[in-house]
Amino acid sequence: MNAPIAALNPAHVSYVLRIADGSLILAQRLSECCGHGPALEPDIALTNIALDLLGQARLLLSHAGALEGQGRDEDALAYWRDASQFHNPTLCELPNGDFAQICLRTFFYVAWQAQLWTALSASKDAALAAIAEKSSKETRYHCEHLAGWVVRLGDGTADSHARMQRALNYLLPYTNELCVDDDIDLAAAAAGIGPLPSSLNDAWTAQVQAVLAEATLSLPASTPFRSSGRRGQHSEAMDYVLAEMQSVARAHPGAQW
Amino acid sequence: MTLALDTVWQVLAGVPDPELPAISITELGIVREVNINDDVVRVTVTPTYGGCPATDVIREDIHTALMAAGAREVEISITLVPAWSTDWLSDDTKAKLKRHGIAPPGTLAPGVKPLTFHPRIRCPRCDSTRTEEISAFGATACKALHRCLACLEPFEYFKPI
Repeated sequence: MNAPIAALNPAHVSYVLRIADGSLILAQRLSECCGHGPALEPDIALTNIALDLLGQARLLLSHAGALEGQGRDEDALAYWRDASQFHNPTLCELPNGDFAQICLRTFFYVAWQAQLWTALSASKDAALAAIAEKSSKETRYHCEHLAGWVVRLGDGTADSHARMQRALNYLLPYTNELCVDDDIDLAAAAAGIGPLPSSLNDAWTAQVQAVLAEATLSLPASTPFRSSGRRGQHSEAMDYVLAEMQSVARAHPGAQW
Repeated sequence: MTLALDTVWQVLAGVPDPELPAISITELGIVREVNINDDVVRVTVTPTYGGCPATDVIREDIHTALMAAGAREVEISITLVPAWSTDWLSDDTKAKLKRHGIAPPGTLAPGVKPLTFHPRIRCPRCDSTRTEEISAFGATACKALHRCLACLEPFEYFKPI
């Protein structure tokens, strides 16, 4: 990893940044739960998962900055881009909502990451493959933990079931975006950088539906709705996430502590 | 003074993990490579978890220990390959963890399933398997919290990854 790094094609940096942004923005959302979990244990769990996601984001942002070759480090990429320059799926930036919604949103995304990391281990970008291999071990634990909560709440009391079903009805349409290919994905896949999102769809759907079935939840009717965060067109929630994440760094440029 | 390779490994074996002071960084398996080139000692370490906040402290501790042992210059680099695994802990190290009240990691079953049935982790104090999970995540990224229903003591469990 000490050799100079060169992007394999123009889509390479964008492809890595999208993965980095998903981890970063979800980490930021989850860290809002710090001190606000429904009980101490889930509070520790959500913030530990946030820490792991932030670790992924730091490695991926640093790698994207090195590929780009314009001297931007992880901090420059995290703190000095505006909403339209972030390419996380909209799912990651949505407001937290109640505990059911926090668990289900995070489960949807980490289950998708699990498929992504597996496919990325064959990447021609050795550094990206190494980050994926590292992250997959953590993601596996996140998946199991959150799937456990989805089942416990879905197959729980009348109230917890209703809340989990409401979260499912709200969140499922936002997962449509996860498995749709665009030009960046096609170029990256053609160069062997990483998988097409569409190639992850079947395995992701199978894993998610098995958990939702065990949680006694019913799948809402499918909808043509498609969010557009991966293209840099975000929901109104995104500016609020960034304002909180970036305000200190922007108020005190170059500050260290 | 140029340090001998053996000496460097001995020094590193005396550097405790900041979050698990009972065991050293070499026992944890995170020191991957040591090279000595003229007066420069190069140490390559791998993080346990990508976001582990102890990584910076470990770098500093390695630097301090080697300089104190007489190194002229120390370079520390981080590698992610191969990804750290609890499988790298030796039986001796696992026994040491147990003696310090931390249940050593088990082995991973293949496949991913919702954690609806919690694994029964053996109590490091009384060896009972009548235990329950209190918290899937603990004070550090690498541990979970359990409780023994036989001796009633809470204990930490080193999560297998």
